[in-house]
Amino acid sequence: MMIHSKPSSGAHVGANKSVSRIMWEVMLALSPATVFGLWCFGWPALFLFIITVASAVLFEAFCIRLKGRAAKPVLMDGSAVLTGWLLAMTLPPWAPWWIGVVGSGLAIILGKQVYGGLGQNLFNPAMLARVALLISFPIEMTTWANVSPLFFSASPGFAESWHITFSGLDFSGLDKPDAYTGATTLGYIKTEFSQNHVLTDILNDYSSVLNFIGWTRGSLGETSTLLLALGGVWLIRQKIIQWQIPVALLLTVTILASVFHLLDSEHYVSPFLHLNSGAMMCVAFFIATDYVTSPNTATGQLVFGAGCGLLIFVIRTWGAYPEGAGFAVLLMNSATPLIDHYIRPRIYGRDRKGKPLEIPKL
Amino acid sequence: MLGFFSKPRIRGGVHAEEHKMLTASQAIVNNFPLPKKLYIPLQQHVGKPAEPLIRVGDEVLKGQLLAYSQGMISAPVHAPSSGIILDVNDYPAPHPSALPIRMIVLETDGKDEWINAPGIDDPFRLSPEDISLRVGAAGIVGLGGATFPTAVKLNMGRENRIDTLIINGAECEPYLSCDDRQMQERSEQIIDGVRLMLHGMEADHAVVAIEDNKPQAYLAMQAAAKPYPQIKVIQIPTRYPMGWDRQLIRYVTGREVPVGCRSSEVGVTIHNVGTAYATHKAIRQGRPLVSRVITVSGGAVGRPMNVEVPLGTLISELFDFCQVNAEQTARIVMGGPMMGDSLPHTGVPTVKATSGILALTAAELKSTDEQPCIRCASCVSVCPAGLRPLDMANNIRVNQLDAAVDIGLKDCISCGCCSYICPSNIPLVQYFKYASGEVAARQQAQHKSEQTKRLMDARNARLERIAQQQREEEQARIAAKLERERLKAEQEATV
Amino acid sequence: MYVFYAIVSLTGLGLLLGLLLGIAGKYLKVESSPIVDELESMLPGSQCGQCGFPGCRPAAEALAEGKAPATICPPGGSMLAEQIAALLGLDLDLSEVKEPELLVARVSEATCTGCTRCFKVCPTDAIVGAPKQIHAVVADACIGCKKCVDVCPTECLQMHPIEVTLRNWRWNKPTVTSNALC
Repeated sequence: MMIHSKPSSGAHVGANKSVSRIMWEVMLALSPATVFGLWCFGWPALFLFIITVASAVLFEAFCIRLKGRAAKPVLMDGSAVLTGWLLAMTLPPWAPWWIGVVGSGLAIILGKQVYGGLGQNLFNPAMLARVALLISFPIEMTTWANVSPLFFSASPGFAESWHITFSGLDFSGLDKPDAYTGATTLGYIKTEFSQNHVLTDILNDYSSVLNFIGWTRGSLGETSTLLLALGGVWLIRQKIIQWQIPVALLLTVTILASVFHLLDSEHYVSPFLHLNSGAMMCVAFFIATDYVTSPNTATGQLVFGAGCGLLIFVIRTWGAYPEGAGFAVLLMNSATPLIDHYIRPRIYGRDRKGKPLEIPKL
Repeated sequence: MLGFFSKPRIRGGVHAEEHKMLTASQAIVNNFPLPKKLYIPLQQHVGKPAEPLIRVGDEVLKGQLLAYSQGMISAPVHAPSSGIILDVNDYPAPHPSALPIRMIVLETDGKDEWINAPGIDDPFRLSPEDISLRVGAAGIVGLGGATFPTAVKLNMGRENRIDTLIINGAECEPYLSCDDRQMQERSEQIIDGVRLMLHGMEADHAVVAIEDNKPQAYLAMQAAAKPYPQIKVIQIPTRYPMGWDRQLIRYVTGREVPVGCRSSEVGVTIHNVGTAYATHKAIRQGRPLVSRVITVSGGAVGRPMNVEVPLGTLISELFDFCQVNAEQTARIVMGGPMMGDSLPHTGVPTVKATSGILALTAAELKSTDEQPCIRCASCVSVCPAGLRPLDMANNIRVNQLDAAVDIGLKDCISCGCCSYICPSNIPLVQYFKYASGEVAARQQAQHKSEQTKRLMDARNARLERIAQQQREEEQARIAAKLERERLKAEQEATV
Repeated sequence: MYVFYAIVSLTGLGLLLGLLLGIAGKYLKVESSPIVDELESMLPGSQCGQCGFPGCRPAAEALAEGKAPATICPPGGSMLAEQIAALLGLDLDLSEVKEPELLVARVSEATCTGCTRCFKVCPTDAIVGAPKQIHAVVADACIGCKKCVDVCPTECLQMHPIEVTLRNWRWNKPTVTSNALC
């Protein structure tokens, strides 16, 4: 019997996890929180989501065509869809359509393709785009819609929603425009602190349960602590992501917040509020764990996670941006090559410096 | 002793789909029809090839010495059956290239008649050196696949005064079950072989380590080892590559073998269960190693089985016996699916190293649709040696071999975990094998260029010396001529 | 006024440092650059002349002066080109480099007359023999320079590619498909 093939070495069998399968599983883990967010914020959120994902795919296809290659097989790996999806999750749900398009363009072109494409980028594309948008378009990026679920009588209808998304922050089509927007919890606390109020006054009508479920103002898909955490835990169970980054990140924030909260409970918010608000869960499970931009070793991932947690706490507490998780992740992304350079696994039979071990005395 | 109680962390590794039940549930098949021709390579072991001492046309009996071992690390080769020597020539080797190597071709006469070689009734009265000698003379090599001559290992164990003999019954490769079946069916002979090895190495105790996915083998071996308190049978977690000798040594004894050292230097020697069985046969019955149990399995095999075949049987005959479907076969693999290499055709013989032959279908094979690396670092977390395969492969891809060596290329054991897990289907192990070969080739080229320079310098020096000599002779001639003329002139003057 | 100070001080600083560099360049100049020796030791040293220079030393000098590309040496192949490029910090275009076909000379015993011409020209003494005796090539010492082929009167010396055996067989480098190029 002849087998006409080149000599091939092991492993001849493989684990059943391809790149596209990993990407689709991440999206599956994201979908409960996304669906909930889309429902909470109604038609405008859905429009924005579709526009962001679609333009991410189009930009990716455009870049690949520029390289003179067939776009379809590359698009099938799902990475562009995931980037668009993650970006959309972090946008204010009623942001105008061009925020989604510009964001996707930044994420795919500046965040990914200029580095050489999948696997080559230094920064998380979605976070890069979000931070660039936040700095460039501060009004659009900090106008937060109230929860106004689909098919509720008080929520904007399809036509009004079309107007919200495609006319850009012009809510005049609605009855009482101001009633539809407000600040996120963290943003609100920041403003109140600047007016010398203390936490017990500020958080009079704060409901941790509603925040936990996600019934609150915030980014399109980041409001539901519960659903995001469930998706993240499922990803860990599926062995798609390692536990090191989320655990180190959340633990660091919890410890820091607890210490400061115990020292001065009127000026430092409690660890529960930290964990329960803003992009914390999304960042811990879905953004910081990005393969390409996080360290390779388990120890390195612990350091990376702890660094992210520390920076998130510092930026939230003392920085100008109450929703500062994106900055924290980007800063740690830039430290990833350094972490990988210094934290390496010990090779069997060698010490940490790479010298052979001594023969043990028996 | 701490190692026995606090189990050391197992580094890396994968849980591969086992596929062992295809063959593990049935007894070893013993009625393989004797092939008409056997192709016996002179090198079936690590070290120097054996030197033939028969001639074409000689009649030989089963177990007769065909080629003797040459040098310190080598092993002899015996006739797997009785018959006539047809040829000693180059034939395709069981190797991914199937390039030719020297083989003895034996035409069997069908009688399968053993040579008269008495066994030893009370081998424990033999000296340890005598055990080594007999094991060496029987041509026994490590049957787990490493094929290091067993006698050399016994001697090293004795010289290094090892305290623990580990018997490797892990059989962590998917599909393979030949060790599992042998432990179930031949447990007493294996335990006897272990006792003989202990005697041969003057070691105190042995640990038989069996993965916990083989409960029946464990029970059988435990029962067989009961009368001998110096032999302990333990279960180890099922996790590829648990059977990597160094992983097993660390798990069982808690010791780590330094890079560049042999395991005997830390007081441990490791042998395969099949080797222990071969040792028993060689000492008790005087039978050299002329056959072995081979797992024939894979999706394209009609009758997957463990079968005892004479060494030198062509794989094509083995496949006929096991009803392999040629059309479904996408790849023939020699060994297990993790570490084994592909074979281009079945016209190559089975050898002492052949633990399994797989005929895999396209559906069983890992996809070859390569995608860009997404730096998921799965390869880093599964590497049992603590390497960073993704960085090594990136370096090799752009031909920075020195950089790859710096970050551990030479510590790669080619276990295949990284290739197995890679979601982008990057052939990592093949990169490392290519790079290792290329590094060796470069060293040879370097060596050759130094040698060339030396030869040219020597030649230039010689030519220079010859030219110098000629000049001196010329000068001497001129001087002599002048002298002659001067003398002549003087003579004329006096006259 | 501040602008004036700034311009004057920075200009002065620039001039001073430039002067220092100039002096250093003059006094610390290395006469015979050691890089030539290093390059020569990397080249095969067979003085084959395929590069267009009369020998390996002139080729090394040309490389050091930047007058020759890193791919100058055909027998060295891509491996040598890489080493040279790494040493000199050059950009490397390997697309034009052909891997040298490894050849060894072999004597056809039927036509060898034992004329001894070949082993007189062999630069590595790889040909053994005596007058009126059939010559033989020591394959391990042969560098494939073809000088013997040129002088052989009976064309009994021919170049043959080195045979691939199990001893020198190597795994191929995996080819990268276009999909995997990100």
